[in-house]
Amino acid sequence: MPAMFITIEIDKSVHKDQDLCNRLVSMCPVDIFEISENSQLKTIEENLDECTLCNLCIEASSDEQIKIEKLYRSDSN
Amino acid sequence: MRFYEYEAKQVLKKYSIPLPNSLFVQNSDSAFNAATDLSTDVVIKSQVLSGGRMKAGGIDFANSPEEVKIKSQTILELDINGLHPVGVLIEEKKNVVQEYFAAVTYDGRAKKPVIIFSDMGGIDIEEVANSHPDHLSRTHFSAAKPFSPFTAKNAVSAVGVTGRELNQLSGIVTNLCKLFLERDLTLAEINPIGKLEDGSIIALDCHLDMESEARNTHSAFLTEIGVPEEDNRQARPPTQFEIDAANVDAADTRGVAGNLTEFDGNLGLIIGAGGGSLTLFDAVRAAGGNPANYCEIGGNPSVAKAANLTKLICSQPKVDKVAVMMNVVSNTRVDIVARGVIKGCIEAGFDPAEKIAIFRIPGSWEEEGFALLERYGVDYVDRSVSMHEAAQRAVQKMKGI
Repeated sequence: MPAMFITIEIDKSVHKDQDLCNRLVSMCPVDIFEISENSQLKTIEENLDECTLCNLCIEASSDEQIKIEKLYRSDSN
Repeated sequence: MRFYEYEAKQVLKKYSIPLPNSLFVQNSDSAFNAATDLSTDVVIKSQVLSGGRMKAGGIDFANSPEEVKIKSQTILELDINGLHPVGVLIEEKKNVVQEYFAAVTYDGRAKKPVIIFSDMGGIDIEEVANSHPDHLSRTHFSAAKPFSPFTAKNAVSAVGVTGRELNQLSGIVTNLCKLFLERDLTLAEINPIGKLEDGSIIALDCHLDMESEARNTHSAFLTEIGVPEEDNRQARPPTQFEIDAANVDAADTRGVAGNLTEFDGNLGLIIGAGGGSLTLFDAVRAAGGNPANYCEIGGNPSVAKAANLTKLICSQPKVDKVAVMMNVVSNTRVDIVARGVIKGCIEAGFDPAEKIAIFRIPGSWEEEGFALLERYGVDYVDRSVSMHEAAQRAVQKMKGI
């Protein structure tokens, strides 16, 4: 079943920074990120709804490279 | 986890509590041999995890091995309260001149273990407490400090026992308390303790319950007395609903969402938090509701785990609605549980707004949780609505009020 509550948008610039990709994979407490075969950072669909909104991924990146959207809030607060 | 009498007596023996000679057997031929070995009048006792054995015909007396063989066959075939015996205990029959009662359990209000002792054993202890309160003593002690035999002596002497009996009974009660503490028991009861014609004192029947969570700690001890690891000692075999819920809990180590017990009603319950599950279950019953299940949720389960439990409960044909209720939570997140129950409902093919009678989980991240519930049209309340009131509202909704 696709994620119902959370989506995460990854900016293209993230893929160019392999260190950042690795950091994001290792720091997410609910394993939302993985690195694909072509070395691109991607989200694991079935884990998206587990997002605890800890914002570690946002803090680790910069300039809105990672955006978390709460699908149940129109204002996405 | 309750022990069979034959196992409990092995345990008492390890703690030097005097007992009649006995042998556990599983067929009538072995019963014949056991009676031959004991070469005395015997009692044949059904080994079943149920009370009321005497009334049900699960205990009988015999004077010869031939009689033991016939009577043990009858007892081995007799189900008591729906339970089939695992065997019979063939035990020396003793002539008792006086009976006593001793038990150790936890007093939830005092938050301490308590020794309950009476010089009126062999009968229902609640009846003694009501009709003869002067024949019953309650003596609390510390579970943290080493047990003092003086405490046991106080418990026994409080009902007027003196002299040789006081010394003998104090020794038995001391060992019973040590057993209780060392083996993480929730109940250690000997009823009756019998004084024989020669003045000696022995344990005639006993009931031991071990804290289920302590099984791993005492696995070597349990192996020693022959309790198989896979023997779960439930009062009845688990239903498929219960097995499925246990699998949901076991599949994900994050938090708790399981420990489900099935009931006959139509209101599914997703309940928990600091004893909240018991309170809420009782509150639903008190409001006239019929729970389809008891369960425990807490410790911040993952969304998937909460969803899988919800899906399972919602999928039961008898469940019309579910009530999601907890005490005020701090280590469980309201929004995570809200996500889980909504997802579980939808995955089971139901509209959360229709299927969830009420959502009452106040506490950590409640604002986020309430926003989510609002989005899906689920009826929710905050901590200003008590658990009892929430349960009442759920039951009223079931009745269309």
